[in-house]
Amino acid sequence: MNNNVNISDRGSKSLIRFVISELKPRGKIFTPFNIISGLIILLSLVILVIRFAKGLGSVADASQLHPWGLWISFNVITGVAFAGGAYVLTFMVYILNMKKYHSIVRMTVLWGFLAYSFYAGALILDLGRPWNIINPIIGNSFGLSSVLFLVAWHFILYIIAQFIEFSPAIAEWLEAKRLRKILVSLTIGTVIFGITLSVLHQSGLGALFMMAKAKIHPLWYSEFLPILFLISSIFAGLSIIIVVGSICQKVFKNQLKSDYGDSYKNIVFGFAKICAVAMFVYLFLRLLVLIHSQQWALINTHIGYWFLLEILGFVLVPFIFFIYGFKHRSMLLIHIASIMTIIGIILNRLNVSMIAYLWNDPLAHYPTWMEIVVSVSVILAQIWIFRWIIYRMPILRKSPDWVPEDEEK
Amino acid sequence: MSINRRDFIKTIGIAGVTLTVGNELLAAPKKEEKEIEFSGILIDTTLCIGCRTCEHVCAETNGLPDTSDEETGSNRQPTEKQLCVINTFNVDGNEIFVKKQCMHCNQPACATGCLTKAMKKTDEGPVIWTANKCMGCRFCMINCPFDIPKFEYHSPNPKIQKCKMCFERLKEGKKPACVENCPAEAAIFGKRRDLIEIAKARIYAEPDKYYHHIYGENEVGGTGVLYLASVPFEKLGFKTNLGATPYPEYSKEFLYAVPVIFTVLPALLLGMHSASKSENNKIEKEESYE
Repeated sequence: MNNNVNISDRGSKSLIRFVISELKPRGKIFTPFNIISGLIILLSLVILVIRFAKGLGSVADASQLHPWGLWISFNVITGVAFAGGAYVLTFMVYILNMKKYHSIVRMTVLWGFLAYSFYAGALILDLGRPWNIINPIIGNSFGLSSVLFLVAWHFILYIIAQFIEFSPAIAEWLEAKRLRKILVSLTIGTVIFGITLSVLHQSGLGALFMMAKAKIHPLWYSEFLPILFLISSIFAGLSIIIVVGSICQKVFKNQLKSDYGDSYKNIVFGFAKICAVAMFVYLFLRLLVLIHSQQWALINTHIGYWFLLEILGFVLVPFIFFIYGFKHRSMLLIHIASIMTIIGIILNRLNVSMIAYLWNDPLAHYPTWMEIVVSVSVILAQIWIFRWIIYRMPILRKSPDWVPEDEEK
Repeated sequence: MSINRRDFIKTIGIAGVTLTVGNELLAAPKKEEKEIEFSGILIDTTLCIGCRTCEHVCAETNGLPDTSDEETGSNRQPTEKQLCVINTFNVDGNEIFVKKQCMHCNQPACATGCLTKAMKKTDEGPVIWTANKCMGCRFCMINCPFDIPKFEYHSPNPKIQKCKMCFERLKEGKKPACVENCPAEAAIFGKRRDLIEIAKARIYAEPDKYYHHIYGENEVGGTGVLYLASVPFEKLGFKTNLGATPYPEYSKEFLYAVPVIFTVLPALLLGMHSASKSENNKIEKEESYE
C-alpha cells in the first residue's frame, strides 16, 4: 500500500508527518464490524466513567464473597492463557530453530503483546485504588511473599520483552535501518527471558488460588493447579493462533505472499500435533489428580457433571479431533478442535476463578451486562489495534527489500 | 508464637527471591532475632449473654453506623459497615451467642498475598490495613479462609474494612473496645500464650461445661482470636475443615520453585539454542559441499 512511497532518507520532521499520515484509517470505515464494535466500545467508555465516579459496585456484581468478577476471571486469567502462543512459538522458532514456523512468529508475538497490554489494562479497571498501582513497582512496599506480586512484575517485564521481540517490525515500518539492527540483536536474549517469565507467570496464575484451598471445589483445586495452568496455556495459545491466523488469512488477503496458503496449512498441522501432545499430558495429569484426591463420589453430583463436561467435552473431544485432523489433513476438523479447545479453556479458567469458587454459596452471582460489555470491548479494542498494525507494518507481508534475506522476520 | 513468627518471616524471606532479589533473603534473618509475643483475644461463648454491646462500641470506635437495632441471626457476616457481629445459635434448646470478626491469624493469608504490604501482621498481633499502600486488588479477600476483609464497592475511593483489634487503642495502652466494654467479661485481652493457658485452665476446671477444644489454637497455624464453647464448633457456624497448616505454606512450594526456574531455565534455553543453531549450520555446510 504505502510500499511504493519513497521514505528511506527520512528526517525527524517527515517521520512525524509519516506517522500522522499513518494514523488515518485505511479502507472502508463504516463496515458492520466497525459500527457494532465502535458502539460497544463507546458504551463501555460510558460504563467506565460511571465505574470510576461511583465505585466498582455501581457497574459490577459487587460481591464480598466473590471479590474477582468477570474482568479478572475472563480478561486477565483466561486472556493470558490465550496469549501463551507467543512463548510457545518463540521457543520453537528461536530456541529450536524450527524455520517452518518463522512466517507466523510476528503475528503471534503481536497478538501476545496486545493481549497482555489490554488485559493488564483490564486489571487496572478492576483495581479499587488504581492510583496506588505504582506501589509494588517502585519498591516502597514490595509484597515479596505474594504470588500476585510475582505475576504483576512478570506481566510488566513480559510486556516489555514482547515489545522488544516485536520492535524490528516497527523499525521496518519507520525505515529505521540502524535501529532495526540493534533491536534484532536483542531478540534471542529477550526470547529466553520471555519464555522464562511466561513459564513462571502462566503457572503463577494457577498459584494465585493456592491459598483459596477451602473455597474452590475439590474437583478443581489441587497442588497441581500451577502446572495444569502452564500446560493448558500451551494448547490454549496455539489454538487461538490457529483461529486468529485463519481469520487473518481471509481478512488480510492482500497482505500475504502468494505461497502463504500452503505453508500456513503446514504450520497448522504442526500446531495440531503439538496441541494433541500437550492435551494428552494435561488429560493424564488431571486424571492423576483425580485418582490421587480419591473423590470419585463427587463426580456424581451436579457440579461433577459440569466437571465431566469440561474435561470430556472440551478437552478429550478436541484432543481426538486434533489427532484425526492431523492424520487426515483436515483443516476443518482442526478448526473445530481449536474452537472447542478455546471454549474448554474459558470453562476451565472461569470454573477455577468463579464457578467452582465458593460453589456452595447459596446466593448465585452473575456478572452484570455492564461487566460483559466492558469485557467484550477490551477484546474489540485489542482487535482494532491488531488490525491497524497489520495494515501498516510488515507482520504478514514481506519485510521491505533492505532487510537482509536471512534475517527476514 | 515466636516459632510461628520465624516461619512466617522465613516464607517472606524465601519469597524475596521471587525476582531473584537475593539481598532480601539476606536481610530477613536480622528481623528473626526479635522475640515477639502476639496479643490476642479469648472469647468464651459460654459467658456471652448476647447483649451486643461489642457491636455498638465497635461501630462507635471505628466511626461506622450503629446497627445494634438490626435483627440477629445465625449467619450474619461482618460487612464493610460492621466489623464485628454477634450471631445467635440454638443448640439443644440453649441459645449460644458467637462474636464474629477478624481472627488475626499468626500467619495471615491476607497479608501473605498482599503485593503492596498494605495488609500486614503487626508485631503486637493485630492484622491491619494501610490505605495509602493498597491498590484495591482484593486478593486478600480471595485468600482469607474466614472471608473477613470487606471492600467498599460503592465508593470511588474504596477501602478494605476489617477488625483491626483496635490497633490505635493498643498503642495507647488500652484494650480493644469490644473487650473493655464487655459487661459479661466473655472476651479477655492478653498475650496469646497466656490466653491459651487461661482457656486450658477453664476446660480443666469445668470439663463437663466445655467442649474440649480451643478454636484458633491450631487452626490455620494458630489465630490471635481464640474461642471456647460448650458444644462442638461446627454447630456454631465455625469452619472446622481448615486444617492446622498455616496458609502461607500453600503457596510456598510455588514460590520456592521460582528462583530455581529463573536460574535453570534460561541456561537450558541458551544451551538448546546454541545446540540447534550449530546443528543447522552443520547441515547447511554439508549441503553446500554437495
